This record gives sequence, structure tokens and C-alpha cells, in this order.
Amino acid sequence: MQRQIIYFTLGLALFLGVLGTSYAQTAKPITGSFALTNATIVTVTNGIVENGTLLIQNGKIIAIGKAVAIPDGFTVLDCSNHFIYPGFIDGGTRLGLSEVGSISLTQDDDEIGEFTPHMQALTAVNPNSVAIPVTRVEGVTTVLTQPTGGMFPGTAALINLVGYTPDQMYAGFKGVIMNFPSSAKRGQFDRRSDEDLKKAEEKALKTANEIWEQLALYADITSKAKADERLDYNPEMDALLPVYKGEMTLLLEVNKDKDILSAIKWVKEKKIQKVAFTGVAEGWRVADSLAKAQIPVITGPVIAIPNRTSDRYDAAYANAGKMQKAGVKVALRTNDAENVRNLPFNAGFAIAYGMDKEAALKAVTIVPAELFGVNKDLGSLEVGKSATLFVSTGDPFETSSNVKYLFISGYQVPLDSRHIQLYNEFLRRVPGFQR
Amino acid sequence: MKNILISMLCLLSVISYAQPATGDVLIKNGTVLTITKEVLENTDVLIQQGKIKQIAKNIAAPKGVQVIDATGLFVMPGIIDAHSHIALDVVNEASSPVTAEVAVGDAIDPFDISIYRALAGGVTTSHAMHGSANAIGGECQTIKHRWGLREQQEYKMEGAPRTIKFALGENPMRVHGEGRKIQPATRMGVEQVIRQAFAEGKAYMEAKQKYAANKKTDATALPPKYNRRLEKMEAILKGDIIIHCHSYRADEIYMLLNVLKDYGVTKICFQHVNEGFKVAPELAAYGATASVFADWWAYKFEVYYSTPYNAAILMENGVITSINSDSGDYIRHLYHQAGKTQRYGGLSNDDALKLITINPAIQLGIENRVGSIEVGKDGDIAIFKGHPLSIYAVPQMTIVDGIIRFDINKDNDDMRIDVDPEALPVYMHHSQHTHDHDRCMQDVYEFFEMGGRQFYFHNHRH
Repeated sequence: MQRQIIYFTLGLALFLGVLGTSYAQTAKPITGSFALTNATIVTVTNGIVENGTLLIQNGKIIAIGKAVAIPDGFTVLDCSNHFIYPGFIDGGTRLGLSEVGSISLTQDDDEIGEFTPHMQALTAVNPNSVAIPVTRVEGVTTVLTQPTGGMFPGTAALINLVGYTPDQMYAGFKGVIMNFPSSAKRGQFDRRSDEDLKKAEEKALKTANEIWEQLALYADITSKAKADERLDYNPEMDALLPVYKGEMTLLLEVNKDKDILSAIKWVKEKKIQKVAFTGVAEGWRVADSLAKAQIPVITGPVIAIPNRTSDRYDAAYANAGKMQKAGVKVALRTNDAENVRNLPFNAGFAIAYGMDKEAALKAVTIVPAELFGVNKDLGSLEVGKSATLFVSTGDPFETSSNVKYLFISGYQVPLDSRHIQLYNEFLRRVPGFQR
Repeated sequence: MKNILISMLCLLSVISYAQPATGDVLIKNGTVLTITKEVLENTDVLIQQGKIKQIAKNIAAPKGVQVIDATGLFVMPGIIDAHSHIALDVVNEASSPVTAEVAVGDAIDPFDISIYRALAGGVTTSHAMHGSANAIGGECQTIKHRWGLREQQEYKMEGAPRTIKFALGENPMRVHGEGRKIQPATRMGVEQVIRQAFAEGKAYMEAKQKYAANKKTDATALPPKYNRRLEKMEAILKGDIIIHCHSYRADEIYMLLNVLKDYGVTKICFQHVNEGFKVAPELAAYGATASVFADWWAYKFEVYYSTPYNAAILMENGVITSINSDSGDYIRHLYHQAGKTQRYGGLSNDDALKLITINPAIQLGIENRVGSIEVGKDGDIAIFKGHPLSIYAVPQMTIVDGIIRFDINKDNDDMRIDVDPEALPVYMHHSQHTHDHDRCMQDVYEFFEMGGRQFYFHNHRH
């Protein structure tokens, strides 16, 4: 009996020991006061500080400069030969909404229906998606995650890539998505004739106009309704109303040259005050019109094939640069889910094929931050902004660079993901297993 | 007599296809990345009659040889893609779990603009593969990107070893098990389908051998009935065809190694092989090679437990590894895909460049012809502004057999040949979250009509 008790106690101790170890091995985000020293600080908005120090306290950047004294109690992270950048922002993804591509029940971006602007991306963000750590350890800290599908598929949300609940991740911007009526084919499988395409476009445009007429009516009625008068539940119109009133941004997806021109006309006609065009694959063909209309653009992926077989091979690579040079305000996106981590490489390709280096950096930092109205907190390294940044061993657009330290919303986030765990486990397997 | 003359003329024309045009160029003063030897600064490369004749400083241009100034540029061997589906009219013969009898060489499309786009990414050779619908698919075709030529035959790399596509896991299970309610519906079934084909091939081979041995002494001896499918299986068993096997999970990779061991088949390159890193020592011990993606994952369940460190782990464990595209998009920036192994695993410049040059050449059995800059090898060269592993690299010129097939300074707006002016559709690859650059399962859903937009809008279909 006594022996059994001893065994039991030993077993329990062993079990708890193992448990304790495994908990200890799981690194978690930590808060605190940090001093990042001897770094090249690329502020984006205020130039580059060589050999500088950046202080983080209470989740905010509290100092940036060459001669910053390190207060007591700060954890010093030596960043010699390294670079500090604000966290990169991807202007269009499905991150958190999509887990396994071929398994539709793990896809939460594409709801049934053509007119569903009330579908909230934020609701379906899975904070524990395996793709989230995979993305953030490459320096992409903030993404717009968006519904897809119908003409008004839903409301996109900007999220920071750390947190246990969608609300903890929410970065302060929502926008309604509109897939603008298009005369383009959806891909090589699309066998519709030119005539059918034109008919479909006209029909869709008619629908869009009708929706906007109804919206005008809805706005009028709701504004005149007395306090005790209740209208029928109309979540679709309620979701669109802020766009109509100019309180929320319409993210209008449009790609073909003629469609872009038609969209410019449409938003002017409807007097839509806050709008950004997304996709804009053929923006280079109508760059001057876009610039003149002063509509900002979220374009990408840059690393993509041209839309027409007759196009130059580099049409997609060069698109962002051509729009930027024409005076269009350009932000970048990957339009991806599991490989949003390739955002920096998209910026790199844009530079290789003509975009100004500084403009490309801004296209993944301050431009989307401004576009989303979160530039008080994100998009550059400035005192008072959120400590959402990363330390890179080199030019962050180069594949040879690595992220050394990562901060999101003031938390130091461990550089760990399932991809890194698999590397550590399998690079050199435990020797001795036979057969 | 007249008939004989015509037949002789026909024969001559066939022979002339077998020896495609070659050219002479002298590339001056570049940084030459030889791959198999050292990096040579300020060095010239002379190509004559399509072959590398000399690598040295200050080579005097022979008369009539075009001179290319590569001062400040990087000169590397033409990039090789061990897995693509460009230049093909059709990819999958999805009508049976075993279709060894077919060959994609019969379906080459010399007018596919993807060939030119690949050249614009420095790629001179690609492995046009059958799709992954069947456990044993069709024969593949190693092609050279001789853009501008109009005959199918002229794209085939003369003398390249024969290769065949195998496929494990979800794709054959989905197409045949789910789609047609026949084996294989599981990974157990995939093993048995392949074992059955090998067993039949072996019996066929032995029956032919028996006939060959007996026919002189036994007047009643008969050969087995000719069977094109089993002819292929026999050629695989004899080592005349290299297997390139679409695979993802460690268990199925290990399964095929066991099957091949039983039949004494050694020439095997695993394609995609996303979980190859889990059985890297087993792959190395068998002498199997691996052709992987740089970072694709999560597009279906069998790639959910992948890692972009795959190439680095395989290389560290001694597996000859390449990075492939499987895509008309990614084939254009394989140099960038190779660069990703520096982020994910810290590969050296030499090792990273091997992934897209000499290593895929070894996997296709053409390493004596291409994959490095050495005297005697084919004059296949890619010239880059910026180091090819840099994100800012831009391919400037691509040379195949000594002929310039891509020149960034002579790149017109429309590089198509034989254009139908009516056929100018605009495809919105950007407008939805499609990843339809992949063609590994092309033609399958048309064939079975099991699609619907789910397949088109959500699936990577590698």
C-alpha cells in the first residue's frame, strides 16, 4: 500500500513536472518597459535616426532619438546593426477568416447573397488561426480582413495580429466592401461571351443604382423618424447608412480599366465622400484619371500575372509604381490569407519595377494608416503612437533579412509559429530510431 | 520513285526538327555565377553553336559573334523549373487511376504566352507535367523555352530522359474515390493501385523476356499482347523513366519508398513533398530527391502541417532539393522563391541558387547539359541586374542555345505569336481571391463536372 502511494506520488510529481515544463516552454506576449538601443530607426514620417534609441512604456513609444537616456527598470534590447520599422499594414486580406483553403467549412469570408453589407468580418476572425503567428513573425502586424463574394459582401475590419478576442485585435477601422460591376471575365474557366458579360455588367449596375436609391430613401426616412417610431429591422441598410452619410469608407473593388472609369463616375454621381478603390489591377491604364479624381487606391497583389495575354509580362509588377508616379495615393495589399507574410516582398517587387522606394515603404505603413484613419496610433514611429513595430536584421523587403524583435500593441510578441516549431523539431531528428 | 523522294523529304524535315536552331554570343565582363564552381568577377562567357565554348577574362569576339555587355550585371545559368504545366493544351487524363499510357508531349502548345513570361523570369527549361488526378498519371515532357518557334517538336529538349507523373493523397482520392466511387478513396487504396500497376508491369516484362528467350527454340511461343500502359510500367521498372511523384504527407512519401524498394525502382523525385522534412533522413538514405514550394501551405488539409523551412531541412539532411513553380505566375520569379530559403533556414547564396539550377537539372536527368555555367554545356543563360536572390533583381536577358529569347530592351507591348485579334479577354485574377495560377488539377473538373464555384474560388489546386 505504502509502495503504491509512493509510486502514485512519484507519478503525480512527474506528471506535474512535465506539465510545468510544457507551460514554461510556451512563450507568451509580455508587456513592460523596453529600450531598443543602437538601432537605425526608420520612422517613415520623420526620416531616419542613425544609432538611436527607442523607448516603449505602457504600450506606447515614449521617446525616439540619438541621445535618449534609458530610465531605470527598462529592459534593454541591443539592436546594433539592426533596423526598427513600424509594423507593416496589409490593406486587404482574408487572414483570420480562412483556415484551410479546400475545406469550405473553415472558410468564413464568403456568405450567401449579393447584398449582405451587414456581414461583419470581425465577428468571424479566429484569433487562434495558425496563420496569424505565421504572418506576424515576418513583420506584418496589422491587416484589413475582409468578406468576399456578392456585390456588397460585408464589412471589413482592421485587426492587429495579437489578442485573445476579435475586440482585443480590433485596430479601429471598419469599411463596407463593394464589388463594383465588372465587364471582365473571372478567369479562364469563365466561358461567357462578350455580349453576356456586357449584359451582366449592365444588370449589376442597375442593381447598384437601385440599392443607392433605396439607401437615399432609407436615410431620409430614418432622419425624419420620431424617437418613438420604429422602422422595420433592416440590417443591410443600417450597415450602408454610415457610407451614405460620409461617416464610413466604401472599399470599392474594381480592376479593369473601363470599370475603373465607370466607378470614378459612379462615386461622383452618388456623392460618396469616403471611398478607396481596391484591386485596381489596370490602374496603370487610367492612372491620370485616378489621380485627378483624388481617389486613394489599395492595390495588389503586386506579384501576379498580367490580366491580358497581350500585356507586358511585368504589367502587375509595374502597376503600383505607375499609379504612384501619376500622383495616386497608393497602399498595397496581398489579397491573401495564409501567405499575407509576403507583403514585404510585394513592396520589393513594386520597387524593382518602378515604384519609389520611400513610396513603397509608405504604401505598407503610413498610407494605409491614414486611409483607415488610424494614423494617430499606427503607420510610423512617432512618440505617442502605439508600440507596433519590428526590428529587422536588414532591409525588410529583402528575403535575406530576418525579424529580430516584434512588438504589437505594446506587447513584445515571441517570434514563434507552427512553421518555426516544425523547423526546430525536424531540422535534426532525434537519432536512434531504427527501422 | 516520286514517292520515295517525298518520303525522304519528310524524313529530312523530321531530322531538322530534332536539331533546333542554335546561336553564337559573347557575354562580356559580367559577374558569372557558375553554380558548380566559384563566382567569377569581370568574366566573359563565349557561346558558339549553342554550347558554352569558353569562360575566361578578355575573350576576343570571334568574327560574326554578337557581343553582349554584361558590365555590372550577374550572369547565371538559365533557371530550371522541375514542375510546371505551362505550354500544355491539356494537363489531366483523369479517366482512370492509372494512365501511364498517355504523354503530355502530345499536347504541347507553342503559343502559350506563359513561355515568354517564364523567359522574362530567366527560366530556360521547364518540366511540363501531367496533372495529379491519377495515382499514376501520364508521361511528362522536359521542354526548352524556344519562344518564337511554332512546332511542338521544337520545344522538346532532345535527349532529355523520360519522366512520368505519380500522385498520392487527396487529389487521386478526390477524383476517383469521391468523384467516381472507385479506388482509391484512401491512402491505403493509393498504395494498392500503384502496387497493382507495378505487379502487372512486372508480369508483362517477364512474359516478354520469356518469349525472347524461347522464341528461337519454341515455334509456338507467343509474346504478350501489346499493352502501351504496361510498356510504360516496364520502362519504369527498368529504370528508363524517372518518377516524379506529387505528394504531401510524410506517411504517403514513406509508403511509396517502400513500394519502390519492393520493385527495385530507384529513380524517384518527390514533387511538392510538403512534409518531406519529416522523413528527410529516409529520403536521403534512399537517394530520393525533393522538389518543393518555397512557402505554399494551408490551401488544403494535407498541407496544413507544412513549413517554409522544408527546403532548408531537406538540404541539411542531404536530400537534393529544388524549388518549383507549378504555376504560370511563380515560374516567373523562381529566383525570388529561392531567395526565401535565406529567410527560412539561412541558406547560403550557393545553396539557394542550386535549388533552381543544378538540382532541378539532376532531378530531370539533364545535369550534363544544363544547370551550371561550364564549358561544353548548353548555352542557356539568364542575365540579371542585381543579384538574382535580391528582391530588387530584374532579369535583363535570357538566352537559350545561344539565341536571345528575351531581351528587356526589345520587349514589345504584345509578345504573342499568331494572334487572334478577337481573342483578347481580360481576366481579373485580382478581383476575387482566386489562386488559379495553379494548373495541377486543370481539366479535371471540366471532365467530371463536379465543380461549381467552390472549386474555382476557394481552391488552390496543386
